[in-house]
Amino acid sequence: MPSNSLYLAVVALPLIGFIISALFGKKLSKQIVGIISSSVIIIPFFIILNAFIGFLNGGEMIHFYLFKWFSVGHYSVNFGIQIDQLSVLMVMLITGVGSLIHLYSISYMHDDENYSNYFSYLNLFVFFMLVLVMSDNYLGMYIGWEGVALTSYLLIGFWFKNNEYNDAAKKAFVMNRVGDLGFLVGMFFVFYYTGSLEFTKVNEALGLGAMVPQLAFIASAAMFLGATGKSAQIPLFTWLPDAMAGPTPVSALIHAATMVTAGIYLIFRSNALFSLAPDTLNIVAIIGIATALYAALVGLAQNDIKKVLAYSTVSQLGLMFLAVGVGAYTTALFHVLTHGFFKALLFLGSGSVIHAMGGNQDIREMGGLKKYMPITYATFLIGSLAISGIPPFSGFFSKDEILAMAFQQNKILWVLGVAVSMMTAFYMFRLLFLTFSGDFRGSKEEKSHLHESPLLMTVPLIILAVLSAIGGIMGLPEVFHAPHFLNNFLAPIIVQTGEAHEHLSASTEYMLMAIATVSGIISIGLAYTLYVAKKSVPGIDASYSGLAKLANKKFYIDEIYNFLFVRPAKWISDFLYRAVDKVLVDGIVELSGKASLFTGDVLRSLQTGQTSFYILAMVLSICFIIGYFLIGL
Amino acid sequence: MLVLTLLILPFVGALLTALAGNRSANKIALLSTVATLLYTLKMYFDFSQGTQVDWSFNAQWLVDPNIMFSLSVDGLSMLMLILTNLLTPVIVLSGLGSSANNSRVFYSLILAMQGAMNGVFLATEGFTFYVFWELSLIPIYFIALIWGRDYSRKITFKFFVYTLFGSLLMLISIIVLYLFAGSLQLENLHRLSLNGLGQTIIFLGFFIAFAVKVPVLPFHTWQPDTYVAAPTQGTMLLSGIMLKMGLYGFVRWLLPIVPFAVAQFAPIVITLGIVGVVYGAWIAIQQDDLKRLFAYSSLSHVGLITAGIFTVNTMGLTGASVQMLAHGVNVIGLFFAAEVIFRRTGTYDLSALGGVRTKAPWFSTYFFILLLGSIGLPLTNAFVGEFMLIFSVWQYNSALGVFAGLTIILAAAYMFRMFQRAMLGNTNTVTQDFQDLNLSEHLTFIPLIILVFVLGVYPMPIIEMVEPVIKQIIQLAAI
Repeated sequence: MPSNSLYLAVVALPLIGFIISALFGKKLSKQIVGIISSSVIIIPFFIILNAFIGFLNGGEMIHFYLFKWFSVGHYSVNFGIQIDQLSVLMVMLITGVGSLIHLYSISYMHDDENYSNYFSYLNLFVFFMLVLVMSDNYLGMYIGWEGVALTSYLLIGFWFKNNEYNDAAKKAFVMNRVGDLGFLVGMFFVFYYTGSLEFTKVNEALGLGAMVPQLAFIASAAMFLGATGKSAQIPLFTWLPDAMAGPTPVSALIHAATMVTAGIYLIFRSNALFSLAPDTLNIVAIIGIATALYAALVGLAQNDIKKVLAYSTVSQLGLMFLAVGVGAYTTALFHVLTHGFFKALLFLGSGSVIHAMGGNQDIREMGGLKKYMPITYATFLIGSLAISGIPPFSGFFSKDEILAMAFQQNKILWVLGVAVSMMTAFYMFRLLFLTFSGDFRGSKEEKSHLHESPLLMTVPLIILAVLSAIGGIMGLPEVFHAPHFLNNFLAPIIVQTGEAHEHLSASTEYMLMAIATVSGIISIGLAYTLYVAKKSVPGIDASYSGLAKLANKKFYIDEIYNFLFVRPAKWISDFLYRAVDKVLVDGIVELSGKASLFTGDVLRSLQTGQTSFYILAMVLSICFIIGYFLIGL
Repeated sequence: MLVLTLLILPFVGALLTALAGNRSANKIALLSTVATLLYTLKMYFDFSQGTQVDWSFNAQWLVDPNIMFSLSVDGLSMLMLILTNLLTPVIVLSGLGSSANNSRVFYSLILAMQGAMNGVFLATEGFTFYVFWELSLIPIYFIALIWGRDYSRKITFKFFVYTLFGSLLMLISIIVLYLFAGSLQLENLHRLSLNGLGQTIIFLGFFIAFAVKVPVLPFHTWQPDTYVAAPTQGTMLLSGIMLKMGLYGFVRWLLPIVPFAVAQFAPIVITLGIVGVVYGAWIAIQQDDLKRLFAYSSLSHVGLITAGIFTVNTMGLTGASVQMLAHGVNVIGLFFAAEVIFRRTGTYDLSALGGVRTKAPWFSTYFFILLLGSIGLPLTNAFVGEFMLIFSVWQYNSALGVFAGLTIILAAAYMFRMFQRAMLGNTNTVTQDFQDLNLSEHLTFIPLIILVFVLGVYPMPIIEMVEPVIKQIIQLAAI
């Protein structure tokens, strides 16, 4: 079918772009590399837009096989592509935001000596990300899952002469692999008990009771461990803040808008399995809200513009997991999409700021940038309003929906969610005011360089700002009596096991909205009082004390992990090598060798012997062996 | 008769190389190995097309005792022949850039070893198998002894004693087998039904011989030292091809012949294998010598293959087959990368290196791809095998399976640490003049790189080739 090859092109084009840039990038001009790399993302966007329109008109799932990967007995895995309502939205997000970030990068990375490498990695990332969301089975998804970790490694450590960056890259990969082991084990359960890894077949088997609840619990919990790695949740989140070592557009694309949401995608895709395991869902919700709270607290006391955004990402991802945990898969995906818009916007905006600041990322040394870079400021403001949940910006709708869903399940979750929301508004506006308001606090030299970024960077900002502003129309609340587009659109993907949610009364829902909005505005007002009216600027890190110091130091989680895991692992390694392998095992071998085969004296004299002796020994032993064989019978 | 060609070509090549001058020895050896490779590929082509060719050879060796010289080819042998005859030319080619002393003897020994290993994989008779097994040891012994590092004498001796010890035990097992069966033909041995004690004795003899070769914990202590001390081409032969003789031995000479003993010892062997997986990988985390690091990494990988074999299920045996080839490709590539570094810097020490990537982008790309293969990234060669092996162990015992799965974390940790310290960061006085690859080095890496991807994306031909053999072995191993 021609349409199949068209959809295959969606995956294949970024791969082709990667190969071109990787092999010939150094010979081609930067302009051509930029154009090729961007077009291989833009074209797939339009192909998939077409598919999206097809779905709007009631189109069916597109599913086809390429070829068999491997099969053993009745276990078989194919390369197959599945495009349904869920993957079409993910692909649009990936290629849409991806296109903007490629364009932005042409300008942002223009002076880098490894420019073509950068674009080849970025294309490869998109390829793997598309494999992740377009595969029709878990193992295909796993290809993308590990592939994006690889490209994430390559891009975090893009400036590979800096060993701190290399450490961050390595940490990201290894920590992700801890999660991957969980994913792998989860897959084993699914493969063994349902006999397939193909989503449609797995869901069918699960519907027929292929897994009892206890098994579903273990399998889904293992998979959730995988999700915590990729989506930077407790306990596997510490790699994401370090991942900010990569170029800023990479942080926007990989570490905010797309890759880190793969954990949500995994659970959404496996909703039939997760819905069988309410205990897992409870764990997901608790981990989600705990991560959201933790990261928001840390975000309050960070002074590196990208670190604030990184912790904000961790926190927002936590909210998405909260939504998943209360069974609101669609709501989680809603937030994936709006967050994709406004967080990509905020990261690209920070990139624009860092660009102007000549690489300085410390917000204490910024200030007053709005008069130098008005477009960056205006778009950043929209992004901040959106993430803070201020109506009518997109984040308001998705976050409000998460909070409402949490409220139905458990009031405590809702209270904590509102707290996260308040902290979010505060740290975002703290960031915004310190960066853009007041007077410039940096060096004279930096001041002379301040400028608005070129069009290639500001146009993506404007587009993302528009999306961040209006993205909420995808899921208007019930009380507005408007159709909830996402709920209707994604309904075919949800394998419903329990009864539908009871609806909140209109008055409750209005009240929840009002509380969320007012608390957000109070936070912003507080930030305004502190950082604009009082013009206070956070002191040096050493000046923090108490809770602020704890938050500034990220509650010493890295240090604790180092103490608990990294150092013991190295110590055990040395112990195994020096004590067990070299002394114990080898000692026993040498001892028994000496005792049984030769006396120590003979052994010593043999070791000082001549080569010819060995030849003789060799020949003799062979003769002996053959002779023994013949005579012995 | 046709099958004899696989013995004749390498041995004649060995003779010619020995007679040639030192300067042309390498090229003659390369020609010989390429000829063997082409013949193997032709065989594979006929084999996979199902063309009716008689691939067996039988001759009476001795009348009393009743000893035959028997060779035959099935899917599993074919896989091992491909492994041997595909990788040997690469190993020979890898030496083109450096000149060994007395290279005519050196390459002659390599070819002799190739011939002997072909014999091991073709033998369908116990004594034939034993002779080739021993024959393959002699060349590698001299290679390690004469061309190894200065201090290699003691180490090589240890290696020699270890393997000889194993061989002696195997010989005893073979004799016992003969006493029971009156013949050492594989098909006769398949029909044999031995009592428990007989099976146990035979099992132990064979097992220890194979376990030393692989090596399986705790029979491994010769291995890291030998890999470090041997010349790199010797290390490639040992780790890439020769250790598969042991793994192949498990499948061919243990599973179908002494199934009771296999079932009895399987829990121990699988546990040893899995402990080896984690043990080797964990030790590799802190190693600073490139070759020693790869040696422990290899120990880890073969532990998993061993465990998969002893699950005696289709998944495990298929995974083991795929992984044997993948491991051969990756480990040879990694040791060659170590050799490339050594040629330019005179050291294998990670703490002395750094910044190579800036100087040698091609080399670092190849090295990185081999590293990805080795850590089993999906779409590279080791992934499918590793997935199947861990899955098979998980089916055998889910806790052991998860424990074995730690390898994916540990491997990432030690490999990325290694790569970072050797290749990334800034250059120093040792690496500042690092040259990128020359032509022969490119040509050595390229086939390996191609195999990393081809086997990773399309392993089906391998799986289909070994499928009937595995089915048969599992039937014979059923108790």
